[in-house]
Order: sequence, then structure tokens, then C-alpha cells
Amino acid sequence: MDILIQQVVSGLATGGIYASLALALVMIYQATDVVNFAQGELAMFATYICWSLINAGLPYWVAFLSTLAIAFVGGVVIERVVIRPVENAPILSIVMVTLGLLVICNSVAGWIWTYLQKPFPSPFSANPIKVGNVVFGAHDLGEIEVTMLVLLCIYLFFRFTPLGLAMRAAAHNPVSSRLVGIRVGWMLALGWGLAAVFGAVAGMMVAPVLTLEPNLMGGVQIYAFAAATLGGFTSPGGAVLGGFIVGVVENLVGTYVSFIGTELKFTVALAMIIVVLLVRPTGLFGTTVVKRV
Amino acid sequence: MRRSLQLLALALALGMAAVATVPAGAQTVVGVTPTEIKIGNTNPYSGPASAYGTIGKTIAAYFKKVNDEGGINGRKITFITYDDAYTPPKTVEMVRKLVEQDQVAALFQTLGTPTNTAIHKYVNQQKVPHLFVATGATKWDDPKNFPWTMGFQPNYQTEGRVYAAYILKNIPDAKIGILYQNDDYGKDYVKGMEDGLGAAASKLIVLKQSHEVTDPTIDSQIINLKNSGANVFFNVTIPKFAVQAIRKAHDIGWKPTHFLNNVSSSYASVLKPAGVEASRGLITALYTKVVTDPQWKNDKGFQDWVAFMKKYYPEGSLEDDSNFFGYSAAILMAHVIKQCGSDLSRENIMRQAENLKGVELPFLLPGIKVDTSPTDHAPIQQERLAKFNGEYWELFGELFDAFRKN
Repeated sequence: MDILIQQVVSGLATGGIYASLALALVMIYQATDVVNFAQGELAMFATYICWSLINAGLPYWVAFLSTLAIAFVGGVVIERVVIRPVENAPILSIVMVTLGLLVICNSVAGWIWTYLQKPFPSPFSANPIKVGNVVFGAHDLGEIEVTMLVLLCIYLFFRFTPLGLAMRAAAHNPVSSRLVGIRVGWMLALGWGLAAVFGAVAGMMVAPVLTLEPNLMGGVQIYAFAAATLGGFTSPGGAVLGGFIVGVVENLVGTYVSFIGTELKFTVALAMIIVVLLVRPTGLFGTTVVKRV
Repeated sequence: MRRSLQLLALALALGMAAVATVPAGAQTVVGVTPTEIKIGNTNPYSGPASAYGTIGKTIAAYFKKVNDEGGINGRKITFITYDDAYTPPKTVEMVRKLVEQDQVAALFQTLGTPTNTAIHKYVNQQKVPHLFVATGATKWDDPKNFPWTMGFQPNYQTEGRVYAAYILKNIPDAKIGILYQNDDYGKDYVKGMEDGLGAAASKLIVLKQSHEVTDPTIDSQIINLKNSGANVFFNVTIPKFAVQAIRKAHDIGWKPTHFLNNVSSSYASVLKPAGVEASRGLITALYTKVVTDPQWKNDKGFQDWVAFMKKYYPEGSLEDDSNFFGYSAAILMAHVIKQCGSDLSRENIMRQAENLKGVELPFLLPGIKVDTSPTDHAPIQQERLAKFNGEYWELFGELFDAFRKN
């Protein structure tokens, strides 16, 4: 029984990692209608910036907040410079551009900071918390809390603020939005900025566990896609829940289904993406986006 | 039209003349002039394995030093190194270019297991020396089938055997749990361990858990290993996962005798991030001096390397063991060229590479030497166990030789 609980707890912790990046993916999808394949790499890049700031002597939280600000500006600039020119191009062109960004971010990070792994500090206690025989990592708990907090912010922002509503409108129906006076172009740039901020939070929460290196987000991103697909790309809450489900299912299947074992764990995540897309393309909590053509 | 035909005829005639001057079967001296010897190499300067690209850069820097100091027997080394991005098809393309177009005398330190596998047959058909390949796979030591290929570092199976021998001798009630990366690298280590344990293997190994290199975490596997009741942990992971494994085992209160593969023995990129407390007591097998280990601070070989780095490769990291590795490999290559004397035919380069006796390299631990013969294409085969004492890897026990029957 202990092992079952421990595997579930560990699955939740890993799921929290997937969820945090999935949130950024959902964020940019909601705000700009684009799936950003470079989201993970942008997050990794932001994490390196935070690392550099901490190494330059800034206290953790100052570095943390500065990184968020830098990430925001960076996201906006990338939208303006790289995405804007292909804004009206077919979706595949935009996907190719984000894939290009992915490769560029990865290589530039390696070039600037080298490929050696770097320890990254955690703002939470290093001591694990024990309940009976089950061990909770303090960082894991903290990370899940942060993810929940981000989720709450996204929810409130998109539901109750005029800016959030304007952003959603701009993403889903640019023409009508423009007619009611929303500056669509800036809304998209803002969406990139905010997604970069959430990505940066994810990166800074993940790095203490995985240690910082240019391929920090490579594996995580695929699971984050599974999480977002499962929960629904239009539903932030769904994406977070999707992250936890992927994390726990992956652990339990790896432990208890002997023919899958640890060898096919990764395949489980990919299989989930395919099954969801076949059976319920909008994900568990997503809504069908209806578009006039 | 007529003019181009004439040119074509001229070219053909020249070509035939060139062929005619190289009678079949005679010793050909390719890639060598009285003032130059060409050495070819591929390295991953881009792509996922580009962390290793620094090895190629170090080698180039070392040969520059050799040339600055007058070369070897009056010849300068022209080191031609291409990026293969760690992708085998690219390696094939680049190596064909090196052999057929650049006409190098020998290939040296081509990096990577899948990449060298792709050119293994080709270079042996072409009879090009394929020396000191930068990979720990076991298959490079096969002089009967691949007489032109030679390995360099101790292979993973050898290392697995080192741990097995220690376990059999010192841990009588061993229950072994293994975590390994699900590919040739991980499986080679596991095979070495199983072969080393012999008939007892199936009884002693209580659980094997694998992980993919794309997995973000390996927490789940560590929990299962602890749960299996294992009191020995054989950790076959690359640095990123080694850090997690060490930390997770510590966090969930699992205290096995922990054997960490040499691949992840770096202090800067593994032990420090994992935490000194969690890392204390780890055991690994070493054949090199770990550059971040304070016990080598005053070592002559280490100091020479630092001086070299500062002068010839200042942008390279002094914390990266790969740079010490590349430097030492280049010294061995220079040694072979020197030993060839005036006969730099491919046959003689190979003959000399097969005739290294007790060569010392700066990065090797005291007592470990390079030895080769026509039937032994594994230059470095000795290792020593070391325990992490909270500050550095403290050597213990005697030298373990893979080919001595232990």
C-alpha cells in the first residue's frame, strides 16, 4: 500500500511539472490561437536568465521577479519581430517559425551558458516531509502550490478583467474584435508576453529538480503537450488536471502493468495524446471552437 | 566545344597518370608530405550531443600547440574536423569526405557510439586507421573483424565487471537493484555487471528498472527500487538523471551501497547539484583524474593541462573533464605519429598504434597505462574504485585490470 501511495505522490509531483508548462501552452493558445512549440525552450532560456541574475548576487525573489519582467518583454518582442510577419500566413508557417525558435533558443543557450549542468536553487525547504512511510518533497509541494496560484491568476484574468476578455476576443475573432475597438495586434503580443511569464515560472520551478541545462524542457514539453491535449487546449484548469493525470497514470502503469513496465512509460504519454485526439479532440474539459468560414 | 573536349582529354590523361603512379598493392602514403600529416575527425559541434564538441576543439588546440613547437619529425599536423551533429548519416558523409576528398592519413577520436558504428565497416574496407574512437562501447576492440579500428577509454562492460567483482568479494548478502538508460550504453553496463556476477547474477539482481533519455524524471523507478528491498544500487544514468537518483534515494530514506557509473562521476555537474550530504559514500570506478577534484591540484599532468588550456583554449572550461580527455587523447595520437618515425604509411600508423607499451597520459590515474597489441585494441583497461568522501573521490582498493582474470 505504501508503494502505491508513494507512486501516486511522486506522480503528482511530476504531474505538477507537466502542468506548469501545460499552463503556458494553454495560455498562448487562448491568447493567440497558436500552439507554440518553442514554449519549453523559452522557459529554459528565462530560467538561465534567472540563474545569471542569482549568480550576479541578486537575492532569489528579486531575481525571480526580474526574470518574469524580462520574460514578458522578451515574449512581446518575439511576437513583434518574429511572429508578426507571418501572422496571416497559414498555420503551418507559424508552427515552423515556432519550431525554428525552439532550435535557436536551445543552441544559443548552449553557446552562452555551455551544456554543463548547473544546480538551480529552490525557494522551498530542502527537507522532505514525512507522513507515515510516505515522503513528500517540500519543493514538489511548493511547486504544485505555485502552479495552482498561476492557474487561479489565469482564471481570474481571463474571466473578470476587461483586458483578459479583450485578449480572448482578439484570439477567437480578430475581425469583430477590431470592429469593437480592440487593438488586436497588441493583444496577441501581450498574449506572447504573458505566456512567456508563465513559462518562466514553470522553468524556475522545474530547474531545481531536473538541474539546469539547455535540454531542460525537451522531455517535459512532450508530456506538457499530452497534459494540455488531455485536459483541453482551451481549458487552463483542464490542462493542470491533465498534467496530474498524466503524471500519476504514467507512474502507476509503469509500476503495475508488467508488460509496459518502465520501458514503455514514455509511450503511454504519446498514446494518451493519440487516444484523446481520436475520441475527444477537444480534451476532457475543452470546448469546441466554432469558427465562421 | 572542341576546347572543352581537349580539356576533358587532358583531365583524363592526368587522371590516368595519377592512377598509374600508384601501383596496386604497394604501400601508399596518403595524407602525408614531408611537411605535413593530415588527421581527420568528426565531432558534434551542433545538436543534442554538442556538449561533447569541446573534445574536438581541445584536440585542435593541442595540435596547434604541437605545430607551434615545430611539429613532429618536421611535419605539421593538419587536423581536419567536421561537425556531424551526432547523426550517423552525416558522419558517413563527413568521413567519406575526409577519406576520399581530403585524403587524411588517419581518422582519430571520431566521437559517438551510433556515429562510429555507421562508419565502422567503411573505414575498415578502405583500410584507414580509425584510432582511439571517443566512445565507451565494447565493440571497438575486435581486431579480428575490424583490424583498422581501435577504442580508447575503458568500455562500459569492463566497468560493470569492476563493480561486480567488488560486490562478490565484499557484500555477501547483496540484493542488487539496477537503474539504467534504455539503450546500448545502459545495456552494456548491465551486461558487464551480469557477466561479472556470473551464475549468481539472476539470484543477486532483484530488480532492473530502465528509463528513456527523454523522461523528465526517474522518481518512480527509484521508489520501485527501494521497495524491492535492494541493498545495492547500480546507477547507470547520465548526469541529469544521476543527480535526481542520488537526491531521490536520499530523500526517501533509501541507503543502499550506491555504485554510480563513471559517466556521471563529475563533481561539478553531478555531486554538487545532488548535494554533498546525499552524495557521500557513493562508489564509482575511475581511470582518470577528475578535474574538479582538489587532490590533483598539484599534479604535474593536471597543471600542464591547465597551462595549455589557458594559452591555447582559453574559452574552454577548466571544470569540464571532456577537455582533459581530449587533451590526453591528442597526446596519445602525437605519441603514435612520433613513434612512426619517417614511415607514415597507413600500415605503419596502425602497426605503431598496436604497439603501445606502458604509455602514460596526463589524465590517467597513477598506475594506469596505455597498452595495445595486434590482438588488443582496447588501450585503457584498468580502473580503480573510489568513494566520495564529501569533498572528492577517494581512491581505494587495488588496480582492477579487465583482462586479468579476477
